[in-house]
Amino acid sequence: MGVAFSLAVVGVLILAITLAVEVLGLRFLVGAVLPYVAVAVFLGGMVYRLLGWGRSPVPFRIPTTGGQQRSLPWIKPSSLDNPSSTAGVIGRMALEILLFRSLFRNTKAELHGGPHLAYHWEKWLWLGALVFHWSMLLVVIRHLRFFTDPVPSFVYWVEGIDGFLRVGLRALYLTDITLLLGVTYLLLRRFFIPQVRYISLPGDYVPLFLLLGIGLSGVLMRYFVGVDVAAVKELALGVLTFRPRIPEGIGVLFYIHWGLVCALLAYFPFSKLVHMGGIFLTPTRNLPNDSRARRHVNPWNYPVKVHTYEEYEEEFREKMKLAGIPVEKE
Amino acid sequence: MASLPKPEELVKIDYNPPRRGWMDNPVEFRRGTWLYAAKPRHLEALGLPNPREWSPEEEDWKLPPEWREIVLEGFKERLERFRSLKLFMDICSRCGACADKCHFFIGTGDPRNMPVLRAELLRSIYRRYFTLSGRMTGKLVGARDLTEEVIKEWFYYFYQCTECRRCSLFCPFGIDTAEITMMGRELLGLLGIYPDWIIAPVANCYRVGNHVGIEPHAFRDMVDFCVDEIENVTGIRVEPTFNRKGAEILFIAPSGDVFADPGIYTFMGYLMLFHEIGLDYTLSTYASEGGNFGLFTSHEVMKRLNAKMYDEARRLGVKWILGGECGHMWRVIHQYMDTMNGPADSLEEPVSPLTGTKFENARSTKMVHICEFTADLIRHGKIQLDPSRNDVFKVTFHDSCNPARAMGFFEEPRYILRKVCNRFYEMPENTIREQTFCCGSGGGLNADENMEMRMRGGFPRANAVGYVREKYGVNLLACICAIDRAVLPALMDYWVPGVGVAGLHELVGNALVMKGEAERTTTLRGEPLKGSGDDENT
Repeated sequence: MGVAFSLAVVGVLILAITLAVEVLGLRFLVGAVLPYVAVAVFLGGMVYRLLGWGRSPVPFRIPTTGGQQRSLPWIKPSSLDNPSSTAGVIGRMALEILLFRSLFRNTKAELHGGPHLAYHWEKWLWLGALVFHWSMLLVVIRHLRFFTDPVPSFVYWVEGIDGFLRVGLRALYLTDITLLLGVTYLLLRRFFIPQVRYISLPGDYVPLFLLLGIGLSGVLMRYFVGVDVAAVKELALGVLTFRPRIPEGIGVLFYIHWGLVCALLAYFPFSKLVHMGGIFLTPTRNLPNDSRARRHVNPWNYPVKVHTYEEYEEEFREKMKLAGIPVEKE
Repeated sequence: MASLPKPEELVKIDYNPPRRGWMDNPVEFRRGTWLYAAKPRHLEALGLPNPREWSPEEEDWKLPPEWREIVLEGFKERLERFRSLKLFMDICSRCGACADKCHFFIGTGDPRNMPVLRAELLRSIYRRYFTLSGRMTGKLVGARDLTEEVIKEWFYYFYQCTECRRCSLFCPFGIDTAEITMMGRELLGLLGIYPDWIIAPVANCYRVGNHVGIEPHAFRDMVDFCVDEIENVTGIRVEPTFNRKGAEILFIAPSGDVFADPGIYTFMGYLMLFHEIGLDYTLSTYASEGGNFGLFTSHEVMKRLNAKMYDEARRLGVKWILGGECGHMWRVIHQYMDTMNGPADSLEEPVSPLTGTKFENARSTKMVHICEFTADLIRHGKIQLDPSRNDVFKVTFHDSCNPARAMGFFEEPRYILRKVCNRFYEMPENTIREQTFCCGSGGGLNADENMEMRMRGGFPRANAVGYVREKYGVNLLACICAIDRAVLPALMDYWVPGVGVAGLHELVGNALVMKGEAERTTTLRGEPLKGSGDDENT
């Protein structure tokens, strides 16, 4: 149900964009109004999310420790998997965000006869996720060429490396392929791993189908159908500089690509994709394991009812005296 | 109580999820897999809500009339108080990396034991009542109404999690199911839904000072029993003191070490060590419990029980606190105590009186783990050890969840272990250190009526022990946790017969060469030092 529904959502989106552009002639709406709405929703939504998370305090210091603690001076601490300093935390977070450290630990448990439990090498999820996210980032950086004039040198630099493969005279961007491969892998594992299929919601399929739609329309434009790049840049720059205008000669494929990106942006803050921002705040990773060395303050710490020593002695005084245990009041 | 299936029956586990979605599958309370309900008198003793007689097996759980409002209000309050909860409700991408990391999922194949679904039990309610999309589109975004069925499901599955945090290690976003489970349990608690196995120890601990309610004179008797036993084995009479003002150090152990086999041998090890080095310490009958089942109840109850440690340290005027071998006790001390009940102004930065070592990692909390203390003693050559006295054992070491994943406590116990015994074999690397598997009975689940679930949950741990038993002939599972010592013997008997369980300081006690001691002919357990232990493999 989730798959069909999600596919239908993206299908209807594509259909609606096509209809709007081709039949109703609403190029300005899709090309120049939609992006403002989408970016506004994205930015507003993400700020709302981050503020929402930020408003709730972190009452306790609860890092998940993935290595040896800092204790006695002759025991070597694991300063990245179990950091005790801010620098260590920055290192741990960098590993987590840039290289998906925790996912790299992944294994697959299997029960064999005997019974014997075995833990198998399973880095495919890590690899697939890494390939997808990095490809996405590089593709986004490459797309800056449409939004900047002059184009910053690092964009050319990324393009140069990404496009070192040539097909004829044109660069074949590696990230175009890896992005699609990554998304496809993430989708296929939702189809074929029974447990993952069981837990998957429409909210898991929709972003993948959206990304697939965005990627495929982009690839079609670049390698197969073709698009007037100068006109696209004119449109993009126009939107960016708040002087939106719609140049002639841009095909519907571009509007589908553009419209799906807008849909993804607008959907982002209300979806699981907020993990992009959330990962920076996760208290099991972004705190040093130093709670015995430095006191962590809980802003809402409140007094509680305790059973005092006096109450205790009052109840057990005679028994304590008989057992030779010292008491406060004889 | 339900009869326990045989291991060969239990291990027939089907990992394929059912055809029906989990939201459409109501929970079936099968005997042997859940905990009895808390007796009203314990709730009354603690001032907790809705004390009544009830049972999970019955249709009517006798919830207060406005139960739904109570839960939703409590949920809202916790979202505002805990960034962890709010974040973990939002950022899961359901990648499934956590699924086969949970010992209960491995042991049951029940999809709701995948950590991701355990969290979805809460998330589905969060979405329905606290997000716009959930309010509008319901099931389409994984939202559902809060019904009594949901409450029953929560009870079943939040007490099928030991808060071991193994999944949180593997989660790319660091989502910690222990947080989820703790919140779920707190919400249930607002309706007076607690297991008796957790709330009875809490009530005892609150009033009498320890989990089983040992009154002060009886506590002294039990310690004196250990003193007699030590004398029988070593010829030396150690002299612990109780509630003594002016001692340098307050020593707090989990009470399981005082009253239950095999914990008492660990306790004997502590007493022998302190005697040998002439430590100026005292025990307390008021703070006679290191463990804190409040951790399994609510943050508030955790704080109420934990307060005794600093209060007693202040009353007795000690300089710092030394803590015994215990798992969840150390999660509370390491990650909660100073925040909840600190600052510990009456205490001083801990310094070992023997070696002069400053325990800088504990300079604020002022509480040192006995393994840190002992490792430092050994490192400085302050005690003499004869590891051959443990030659009857082929030892492997079980990292307890909380010291492992809430402290990073790996090398201290291993350093000691290598000094006190000659034959130490590690279990496979996916099952130790930060990846260690729970005993299956932590988090307050170690009741007899829950035996089938405990054996299921402990299966991955037992299987790893079985591996080193087959490969090296291991016959002793060492650990630094009182719950482990209480529950692993049953787990070993069930899955890996022939493997004993011991605390680390029991082995220290065996190996410790004491001044003026009689020649040792037996271990602390009274078993011959040589001969019988050289197991069937030879």
